Amino acid sequence: MSFILEILKATIPAGTPLLLGALGEIYTERSGILNLGVEGMMIMGAVSAFGITAITGNVWLGVLVSAIVGGGMALIHAFNSITLKANQTLSGLSLTMLGLGLSGLIGKRYVGVPLLNKLHSLPIYGLKDIPLIGPILFDQDPLVYISYLLTFVFWFFLFNTRFGIELRSVGESPDVADSAGIDVSKIQYLAVFIGGIMAGLGGAYLSVVYAPAWIEGMTAGMGWIVLAITIFSLWRPERAILGSYLFGGIRVLQYKLQPFGISPNLLNMLPFIFTILVLMLASKEISRKRISAPSSLGIPYFREKL
Amino acid sequence: MLKRYRNLGLSILVILLGIFAIYLVSGVRPDVMLRSIVTSAFGSIYGLSETLTKAIPLMLCGLGLSLSFRSSVWNIGAEGQLLMGAVGATWIVLYVMPNAPKLVLIPIMFLVGAICGGIWALIPAILKVKFNLNEIIVSLMLNYIAIEFVNYLVYGPWKSPYEWGFPYSTKFPTSAQLPRILDTRIHYPTLILALILAIIIYIILYKSKLGYEIRVIGDNIDAARYAGLDIHRIILLVFLLSGGLAGLAGVGEVAGIHHRLRVASGISSGYGYTAVIVAWLGCLDPLLIILVSFLFGGLLVGGDAIQVSLGLPGATINFINSLILIFVLVQGFSNARIPSIRKRKSER
Repeated sequence: MSFILEILKATIPAGTPLLLGALGEIYTERSGILNLGVEGMMIMGAVSAFGITAITGNVWLGVLVSAIVGGGMALIHAFNSITLKANQTLSGLSLTMLGLGLSGLIGKRYVGVPLLNKLHSLPIYGLKDIPLIGPILFDQDPLVYISYLLTFVFWFFLFNTRFGIELRSVGESPDVADSAGIDVSKIQYLAVFIGGIMAGLGGAYLSVVYAPAWIEGMTAGMGWIVLAITIFSLWRPERAILGSYLFGGIRVLQYKLQPFGISPNLLNMLPFIFTILVLMLASKEISRKRISAPSSLGIPYFREKL
Repeated sequence: MLKRYRNLGLSILVILLGIFAIYLVSGVRPDVMLRSIVTSAFGSIYGLSETLTKAIPLMLCGLGLSLSFRSSVWNIGAEGQLLMGAVGATWIVLYVMPNAPKLVLIPIMFLVGAICGGIWALIPAILKVKFNLNEIIVSLMLNYIAIEFVNYLVYGPWKSPYEWGFPYSTKFPTSAQLPRILDTRIHYPTLILALILAIIIYIILYKSKLGYEIRVIGDNIDAARYAGLDIHRIILLVFLLSGGLAGLAGVGEVAGIHHRLRVASGISSGYGYTAVIVAWLGCLDPLLIILVSFLFGGLLVGGDAIQVSLGLPGATINFINSLILIFVLVQGFSNARIPSIRKRKSER
């Protein structure tokens, strides 16, 4: 029993970087922009959070800077795809390559550096004593609680506010939104920027809380898993929880299975094989429920065509 | 016209900012770095031969990817397909016909490598066609899986007992080693193969029905559908071909250079990813891709050189590569094709 509890408890932090990234990408894609640069934004978030924390000793400053860096990276993509109307797939890929290259360059001096200040777990008094779920959900670090809160905020704004309606309508049919007086580019810029902030935060969580260490290429495909979770969540923030913790669980399982003599290389394949399975599940559900990706996803919007 | 100049200005700005960023982070002066890259890659016979050696896998992968990008499907899995080609060749050489004569073994090795790479590429294609899965994510996931698979083999079942515990497979017999030009590492059979294939692909693309269909699908998928083209069949074929070409590159690396299977990062220094940039900078044109490969081969050689001589990390060259891709993007080389990667409107 305590073994299962231990796995579940470890699942939450393992899934948190994915959750943060997926929330952001959901907003980005809801606005009709596809950003394949999540991996690059996450790793830049990771290296900047680690660097700032190592220099200043202030974890929260590191986290803040990672959000700014992630958002800044996303603005490159926003400029490429919204202003220049360039190919979004290629722009996203270039962002990933940029992030992986630049973070390796910046991070060289932080390889093997220990982090003196860490985020400690902060059990919430009262809530943590709820049987079963208490110790799993409410005996974590502050950033995990923030991720719960953000999930709610993202869900609330998407479905219950004017901004949410505008965001969704821009993603579904930008021409209709435009003729209704919505500033399409502004909404898209904002959505892509939010996506970058969240990816940066996800990276920060990885390097200053989860690891905590800087390792070159430490995101190791997590950005791509975020993209898969975005599809699996059917572009709904509340469903991103399910996808993220599923992959968090896989990651925990990977470590827990190691002592049983299975090749670590084969275990490392697990999340990637699982990504493909999850995409197939999502595809089944998408065709059964007759829902779809935001209609204008990946297609640049030309006002002249009105 | 004004837009053209704006974009040119922007892309030059990107490159300058990038180089300045390297200076800020590492303290290495840009002119020193650039000179080091150029002289090490193009400044000596040895440098040129290494540049050409590294251009070979880039040519093969880039050619394959250009076919896929032409038809607006995104195979980002050349890295994994290359590795699976290497695995296929190793399997044939060490475990199926180790005693075959050279003239039999080498062609079979290339054939099996191409088949393995092609099958690996068919996975995302089938999943796309059958279940409408995003081929970009799937082909990337398969890269990671292929990397782990190669590492599993060389640390596990294929680890040689004669290599002092290194993660190497047993060395290939001389009958499986590709000949090289003099004492360079240019394994010319692969090079010749790449050049011939470039011409064949050029002919396919511009002179054949298949090439015409590929171009129609790439330019306007709705038009292709109304014209009654079997889009699924062409997507499968394009992935098969592009994976096969990457597989050939993998065979060249193990049979021409390493003469054994080793860890994935030792076989390919990201050739499959660099080839994405090669294909686009080459405007998806087979003959231009050959030229651009040579340039990027040089960048990879220069990247190794600045690690040794200037102490810059290996990621520097990846960073420079990504700047070039952004340059391509801002210049609008890729604007003609605007594929949407999930379900298209008309499919719903």
